Amino acid sequence: MALPTHLHYTKEHEWIAVDGKIGTVGITDYAQSTLGDIVFVDLPKVGDSVTAHQTFGSVESVKAVSDLYSPVSGTVTAINADLATTPDKVNEDAYAAWMIKVEMANPSEQDALLTAAAYEAFIAEETGK
Amino acid sequence: MASDTMIPVETTTPRNTTLGKVRTHPTQNEGLIFEKSSPGKRAVRLAPLDVPEVDAEALLGDAFRVDAAPLPEVSEIEIIRHFTRLSTWNYAIDLGMYPLGSCTMKYNPRVNEFVARLEGIAEAHPYQPESLAQGSLEVVRELEQCLIEITGMDAITLQPAAGAHGEFTGILLVRAYHESRGNARRKVIVPDSAHGTNPATAAICGYEVQNLKSNSLGMVDVAELERIVDEDTAALMLTNPSTIGVFESEIHKIAEVLHAKGALLYMDGANMNALVGKARPGDFGVDVMHLNLHKTFSTPHGGGGPGSGPVACKAILEPFLPTPVLARRSDGMLGWNHDRPQSVGRVRAFYGNYGMFVRALAYILANGPDGLRQTTEDAVLNANYIRSSLEDLYELPYTTASMHEVVFSDRRQAARGVKTGDIAKRIIDYGFHPFTVSFPMIVSGALMIEPTESESKEELDLFIDAMRAIAHEAEKTPELVKNAPHSTRVSRLDEATAARKPILRWRPTAG
Repeated sequence: MALPTHLHYTKEHEWIAVDGKIGTVGITDYAQSTLGDIVFVDLPKVGDSVTAHQTFGSVESVKAVSDLYSPVSGTVTAINADLATTPDKVNEDAYAAWMIKVEMANPSEQDALLTAAAYEAFIAEETGK
Repeated sequence: MASDTMIPVETTTPRNTTLGKVRTHPTQNEGLIFEKSSPGKRAVRLAPLDVPEVDAEALLGDAFRVDAAPLPEVSEIEIIRHFTRLSTWNYAIDLGMYPLGSCTMKYNPRVNEFVARLEGIAEAHPYQPESLAQGSLEVVRELEQCLIEITGMDAITLQPAAGAHGEFTGILLVRAYHESRGNARRKVIVPDSAHGTNPATAAICGYEVQNLKSNSLGMVDVAELERIVDEDTAALMLTNPSTIGVFESEIHKIAEVLHAKGALLYMDGANMNALVGKARPGDFGVDVMHLNLHKTFSTPHGGGGPGSGPVACKAILEPFLPTPVLARRSDGMLGWNHDRPQSVGRVRAFYGNYGMFVRALAYILANGPDGLRQTTEDAVLNANYIRSSLEDLYELPYTTASMHEVVFSDRRQAARGVKTGDIAKRIIDYGFHPFTVSFPMIVSGALMIEPTESESKEELDLFIDAMRAIAHEAEKTPELVKNAPHSTRVSRLDEATAARKPILRWRPTAG
């Protein structure tokens, strides 16, 4: 299970890469492997506002539909439109298949997110392994 | 062991491009009715026109259809054969065990069907005047009273069309109750073991969903519940027995914690087959609940049913029940009371799925109180027989005593790459409907098995032998399981492509 150390993570299994005020958000490798084959990704529109720990969209796999939770609050500046036609890219490489870019309203929110090590420990606790 | 004598099933099927006639009937494939069409064929021959012909175009003007509808043109016997053949593809409870966990796929007794077909019942019309429908209304009344007695509640509506609709109606009652006291409240608590419809219901009714983690026994963590319940909590939606088939032994305490903060306890009645005649939700603190007549009370399930999801409640919620409510007038006649100012309104056209009321009542009366109790005991016994016959081969994630269903995990088989879904596909080859897979979500790789009381020991043993054989195959020949089913008309479907590039309608081939 890939867990790049330069990213931040949430307990809802999203990752965020922060570059200045812009955060790029996707779901983790653990999330994609647990969901199985992803068949549809529902994303917000550019200009929509998102709130930390609130849903911003959903991802549908052959098993289930799961909500997507934003790691931070802010305004959506871009969405990965490729996922509309090729949702399987999330299964191929969850960290390349970003979903939204957010201009963060409150960059200090990222301090509350998990490091790769803390997220790994959280998964271990969740799965009891 | 059965697996030693199993002959491996042929894994390759010839890929014929044409559907030939020479093949055995049970595996016979069938084209679409559109593909059977041949121009000019008719299933009816109309008598010669013996009245003056009218000019349809002149009469209809713009509404006159210019193009003929592209309907299939087939003869009567072709229609009959087409649909009869398709009907033989169904797997049904009348063919064998249907251990789909949480769904209570029990036998639909023929006495139910006999009663539902009695002329006075089958031919009744919802627009019949009440004075001429007293018998039909008595059926409703009698069923209401039986269900109130079974659940230990005070009032009931039979309107909701099925379980999720019942949940929706129940939470509307909760909302109306809190609103009548000045504050609708903000959130509904749902345990992580819940049916997905529970959080969906709460959200549709405008509530925020708060997740409640289960404890190590798979039950509600009462200390955690106590911590999160507050004056903003409208209700807890609880399934009891829970989705892992475990009875919430602290249910009284759970109800107390909620009631102390003015919150209500909603019970998802999906698993009532474990309680009927043994324990009454009304007695253990439940304020409102739904029943699934198509699960617990033996009305047809699946294939359009239709379902029926009555909602029973305590007296505090009675003023909010959907309109109309059945009432006995001073002259002894039954009639519908529409004058219910606090009602949440109508939730279903007419009075609900009446045909199911008849069947459920027939089931209840045919069994009687002792019969229903025996039914519950047999359902629990059957689940535990399966549990004890398979627990040496399949992992039990929670060892708490099982009620009417047992949940295993695929942990041991997954080590060989065989997942719950693979085992489910393989059980089809052994002639059974699969169990429920990957649910509840608190168990990774869940196999959820609910035999119901309908199965004899002989049928249970066949199922157990098949499951033991599959566990053996998962060890010795995992590929056999991972590529199952092998004996069906079509082999394993590519679900991902089907969902990503769905073909939603038939189109004629060019030329």
